[in-house]
Amino acid sequence: MRFKSTYWFSLSLLLFFIHPLFANQVLSPNPTVTNPFVEVAPENVVAKDLPNNSGKVLQVSWNFPDTLPIMPRTIKIYRYEHDTISKHIADVTPNVKSFLDTSVMNGIPYRYSVQAEYPTGIVGGLISEPAIAKAEWFDRSKINLFVIALILVSFILGYIFYSEKGQRLFIRKIAGIQAIEEAVGRATEMGKPVLFVPGTQDMDNVQTIAGLTILSSVAKMTAKYETKLDVPVSRSITMSTGRETVHEAYLAAGRPDLYSDDIVHYITDEQFGFVAAIDGIMVRDRPAACIYMGAFFAESLILAETGNGIGAIQIAGTAMPTQLPFFVAACDYTLIGEELFAASAYLSGDKRSIASLKGQDMGKAFAIVLIAVTALFSTLSVITGNEFFTNISTFLLNLTISK
Amino acid sequence: MSELSFADHLALWVGAALTFMIFSFLYKDNPFYKFAEHLFVGVSAAYWMVVGFWTTLIPNGIGKVFPEMVSIFLPNLSDTTPNYYFLIPIILGIMMLTRLFGSIGWISRWPMAIIIGFSAGTNLTRYLQSDFIHQVHSSSVPLVVLENGSFAWMATFSNVVLVFGVIAALLYFFFSLEHKGIIGGASKFGIWILMITFGAAFGYTVMARISLLLGRFEFLQKWLQSFLV
Repeated sequence: MRFKSTYWFSLSLLLFFIHPLFANQVLSPNPTVTNPFVEVAPENVVAKDLPNNSGKVLQVSWNFPDTLPIMPRTIKIYRYEHDTISKHIADVTPNVKSFLDTSVMNGIPYRYSVQAEYPTGIVGGLISEPAIAKAEWFDRSKINLFVIALILVSFILGYIFYSEKGQRLFIRKIAGIQAIEEAVGRATEMGKPVLFVPGTQDMDNVQTIAGLTILSSVAKMTAKYETKLDVPVSRSITMSTGRETVHEAYLAAGRPDLYSDDIVHYITDEQFGFVAAIDGIMVRDRPAACIYMGAFFAESLILAETGNGIGAIQIAGTAMPTQLPFFVAACDYTLIGEELFAASAYLSGDKRSIASLKGQDMGKAFAIVLIAVTALFSTLSVITGNEFFTNISTFLLNLTISK
Repeated sequence: MSELSFADHLALWVGAALTFMIFSFLYKDNPFYKFAEHLFVGVSAAYWMVVGFWTTLIPNGIGKVFPEMVSIFLPNLSDTTPNYYFLIPIILGIMMLTRLFGSIGWISRWPMAIIIGFSAGTNLTRYLQSDFIHQVHSSSVPLVVLENGSFAWMATFSNVVLVFGVIAALLYFFFSLEHKGIIGGASKFGIWILMITFGAAFGYTVMARISLLLGRFEFLQKWLQSFLV
């Protein structure tokens, strides 16, 4: 008898410990149910993979009442990997009903348990069905973005093919572009240098690329007129690319003898250190023309004010909306926003760049039509309350929603 | 102020002296400004080099491929599994250094081309989403607004300015047509809208700059109090 009772006790103990490994829904670590009528546990714990992403994230959701006689202190979330080891991954407030676990690996099944921690103890602990995070090739929520991109790209490609056939594309004159040659000419007459600042950002900023394209045209002019050019930069890769650009321009102008690596020189990555150095260069070298083309931040007004103080002709171009007011106030000419990119295409004289500009114009026309038509149908919907107008305006608005 | 340590006093005096040196530029260029300028440039260039070395080159470059090599400096990398994909940026970085050797300097154009191409490609969808689609969506509003069944004057006016202002500003940036006739009139309205926006932004930012100046004056006041009070 003694052997039998010990045997049954050991077997029960063993089953008690190993049964979570086989059960689909079992109690998770240390739940202490005290009064299930007052201390309510989270129910219907569901884990699922989210669609339209690169995986590595699972959503855990559960049901839990918004009002209770006693509110829990916190909701505890546990994760089971391979159904064996539980790991406490997060605590959330009781009003939260779902949690995104971004620390999972793709292709591995995970189960979750959600418990409510009350001042008197912990309740809950049902374990969810397994969920597996997986990556998807396409984000279907962005199909409208894809279609609009296709439309815009087809405009640009269409104009490129059109220009390749030898057709001339018209671009209107931009005042700031005309002023660049005047500024270089003025510096040549005065025997003073031209200062060119290609912004304070790196080559991953499209404004810096546009600035360096304009630098190429400016360098061709300075090479042609034998005018000194000074290009201080704040990023090492911008320096390398700037040197390549200026070198190519001097070669194209037939004056490689005038080129020196010192034309494009690095100062510092620090924004205000860079500005302090340029201010010093301005007051000491007294350039006759200061050209700022690229991405600028708080340094824009300091640069433009100092350039104004030394009496230089100043031309600026940036697509930073917050800095444009300062350039407009303190410079002689300012290329506003897209004019910077237009100037780079115009000055490069490259057929593809000009065709690209024409294609972008069609994109703007597309935007104008879309805004006007949507505004019209929204207005008709408000005035008449007609369902037909409402449906059309909703459809048009949904076209431009992108997550 | 008596509780300030010697180091605090030193920092206050150095900070105040450098502030006056920079302010002296308001009069004209002078040796004090030159000293502060060169100190700032030198210290910041060295600082960013050290930051780049310890936050990029060591942990993200060598540390990802040969974690055991840098585990002496960064012990948390000792258990990291080598990720040989990071050899690609290391090789690209070495290719950039070929600029130092004239005969093979052309190799440095490849990493530059990759950086520019990658930036252009990734920015295409980012800007298309944030600067095009979202803007079109936010600007597509009804020209008449009713609130509780009655006409809302201010909201209607706001929406009318928004829709016509955006269309006019877009027409200003239309480069395929001369700014003449109707297009000229609309683009003139567009540039007025832009200038009014710039004026508001100018005033707002100048206020922010004045608060920065006040911050510097507060620092100088603290410095004065450190030896006067």
